[in-house]
Amino acid sequence: MSILYLLIVCSVSLALIFLGAFFWAQRSGQNDDLYTPSMRMLLDDDEEEIPPEK
Amino acid sequence: MTQVTFLVVAYHSLFIPDIAALLRNIFCNIRIMANAFLEKTICYHCGDDVISGDFVIEDKQFCCHGCKSVFQILSENKLCSYYNYNQHPGATRTRTDKRFDYLSEPSIVSELIDYTDKQVTIVTFYIPHIHCSSCLWLLEQLNKINPAVHYCRVDFLKKQLNIRFDHHKLSLQQLVELLDDIGYEPLISLQDIIKKQNSAPKDNLVLQIAVAGFCFGNVMLLSFPEYFGLSVYEQSFKHFFGWLNILFALPVVFFSGRGYFVSAWQNLRAKVLSIDFPLALGIAVLFGRTVIDVLTHTGPGFGDTLCGLVFFLLLGKFVQKKTYYHISFERDYRSFFPVAVHIIEDATERPVPLSQLKTGHRMVIRNNEIIPADAILLKGEALIDFSFVTGESVPVGKTLGEIIYAGGRQTGEAIEMEVIKPVSQSYLTQLWNNEAFTRKQDNRIQTFNEKVSKYFTIVLLTIAFAALIFWLPSDAKRGFAAFTAVLIVACPCALALSTPFTMSAALSIFDRNHFYLKNTRVVEQMAEIDTIVMDKTGTITTGDNNSVKIAAVLTDAQKALIYSACINSMHPLSRMICQYLGNTNKLKISEYMEVAGKGIIATVNGHKLRLGSGKLVLNIADDAVNMTRVHMLIDNKYLGFFAFAHRYRDGLKGITALSPAYQLFLLSGDQDHERAELSGFFKDGQQMYFNQSPQDKLDFIQALQQKGEKVMMIGDGLNDSGALKQSSLGIAVTDNVNNFSPGSDAILDGKSFNKLPSFLRFSKDTVSIIHFSFLISLTYNLVGLSYAITGKLSPLTAAILMPLSTVTIISFTSLATHLAAKRRKLI
Repeated sequence: MSILYLLIVCSVSLALIFLGAFFWAQRSGQNDDLYTPSMRMLLDDDEEEIPPEK
Repeated sequence: MTQVTFLVVAYHSLFIPDIAALLRNIFCNIRIMANAFLEKTICYHCGDDVISGDFVIEDKQFCCHGCKSVFQILSENKLCSYYNYNQHPGATRTRTDKRFDYLSEPSIVSELIDYTDKQVTIVTFYIPHIHCSSCLWLLEQLNKINPAVHYCRVDFLKKQLNIRFDHHKLSLQQLVELLDDIGYEPLISLQDIIKKQNSAPKDNLVLQIAVAGFCFGNVMLLSFPEYFGLSVYEQSFKHFFGWLNILFALPVVFFSGRGYFVSAWQNLRAKVLSIDFPLALGIAVLFGRTVIDVLTHTGPGFGDTLCGLVFFLLLGKFVQKKTYYHISFERDYRSFFPVAVHIIEDATERPVPLSQLKTGHRMVIRNNEIIPADAILLKGEALIDFSFVTGESVPVGKTLGEIIYAGGRQTGEAIEMEVIKPVSQSYLTQLWNNEAFTRKQDNRIQTFNEKVSKYFTIVLLTIAFAALIFWLPSDAKRGFAAFTAVLIVACPCALALSTPFTMSAALSIFDRNHFYLKNTRVVEQMAEIDTIVMDKTGTITTGDNNSVKIAAVLTDAQKALIYSACINSMHPLSRMICQYLGNTNKLKISEYMEVAGKGIIATVNGHKLRLGSGKLVLNIADDAVNMTRVHMLIDNKYLGFFAFAHRYRDGLKGITALSPAYQLFLLSGDQDHERAELSGFFKDGQQMYFNQSPQDKLDFIQALQQKGEKVMMIGDGLNDSGALKQSSLGIAVTDNVNNFSPGSDAILDGKSFNKLPSFLRFSKDTVSIIHFSFLISLTYNLVGLSYAITGKLSPLTAAILMPLSTVTIISFTSLATHLAAKRRKLI
């Protein structure tokens, strides 16, 4: 059962990495605008930009 | 691994808005296609009715030159996909008289930009017209129109555009002109709301919630073995788990829960017993008990309850915080005034920022510009529209040498004026020096939470100490156990959550009905109101949308003559006549003269026309004063007149019907020429007051408040701002929430004016919901207390009671609010 000590340490440190990732995302402003990207992805790339195939 | 799932779910939930946006676009397109089948020709760019058929490119009709030129720019730059995402995405461009040369002034530029170095400049604009995916698409393609723009990003909800550009190739003025040319004029004002919002300290509530949630999940995981019981040989885990729990509780108490201690301490020093005090006490006791229990091996501690409590409390705080990024409740005269004004110095014209405008400066005010300071008219014909400042809806003519107060809008030709008082001391700004604007908001209505928490804290402490004293003589240990258990169990978590969850649900209901509240307190304030005071112009009348009636029989030929004359005029009445007559042939005009404020004298197709006021057309003054009339005379034959009556907003009847329950008053800056019409709405003549100056309105509210009335003020203009601020609840009515509206507690879209009675009833419903959920949370507290005072509260009971009561409260309040809204037909 002593393996539990290791497992708990592993799971907590993994969770801490995720928490750290969330902190980084929040601090770097990734969650500042949660609405516009959802609209942006519905817009097509410009047709003119695609070189005509020959 | 609960955290991983939590994060994955959280990230997936981000894509829900995508589907919503997609659906919205589809519905929008269906509706527009349906409109296309209607007969009227509408402008390809902005969707307004096309009055004249002059502006056509290919098969596309435009309402004005402005719209047409935007289309030309876009088609030259191959950006016509703009029109594919949404139909008629543009803003109408009928008024294109904006001048941006003040942006060449370095002192103004430096205030506007976010960042600049040798290469690039970064600037953020607030653009009110951003409203659809076309806007987003076009504004992020600015680079195609001008390569000097390196980067642009739209923040849709905030209606902001962040641009990075090369200032060697493109000046700020050119950039703003470019935006204006494609129909996206940025709103640049002295009171830079964007800057203020951006510079606001980043609050780390989200991070606090993340930490609390993280610890909550882990502590729950580690507590499960304890709940199910550990066998003898697993006892070593018990201490290990206990230590881990303390470790997890540390950031929860000192990082996430810090705010409660700070605010409890501040309130104590201010001698107020707020709800934060028992909460902070609960958190402290929970933490203390946990540490002692684990250290002395007397129990597993209350780590799970502690983390859960803080997590749920913070969630409540988060829900309560609702921000409308694009709406500002704090606007004052500075955001109404322009940024700069043109002055004449040494025979040359140059822009100066308003702050540098001094007495003696000679300023030039053009058509549709606002006069920023009290000044004497020196040159030109002034016809000033004071509707926003005084409430008077008809433009006033001024003669040379007369003093014109700040805030009026010039209509007609350019005028020159000499400044006699700097901006900060003008008649209009003096209103802001009134004490109503400087006083603290202490006469606002206390919320239920504030009223209750005082007694709650006292009762809680009494019970806790009673339990302590009761057990102390016989069993000291049990006494302390009971004492801490009472503080833990009675911690008013559910009470603290009932208000935020009810109010945030109510806020989103209001929001859906285009009624935007500054914060959640406003709902409770609204429920307490017993007196309603209304402004007239712009509040109960629709400002510029008068209805046209015709008192004449016109042949088609006559209609064409009148139409041809009116189409040349930009006067609002002429525009309305053109709209009324519809699309007829345009005839040749040989002679045309527009007499400012009077009417039009023209010769069309050889016929002599006089259109306008009675003075101009008939040489007698109009006697019917309760409506504006435009008389028509063709070849010296009087035909009759158009009448423009003010139209009252829908639902005015419904609001005046509130009368027995609420006292109603009407305050108007206008003359009393509408008294007769309004008396149909306001039964008792005593309830209407005309010729009220802004100060009169403020005093009137104050007098009512001294009588103990809870006054709600509904207004729209700068003239109401004092009254709005003084009242217990100020509501600004506006037809476009992005336009200027004075500082207030709530902003009501004119479309929803008729729903005001429902809003009032609904606000009362929400307060009853809060009362009821308070009863529920008290029940839970009593159950918990019955365990606690015996000193035998097991951590498991606490860990079950706390989340259970929280979940009950959250689900009850959301459900009840939803049902109440349904009953009031708000959803």
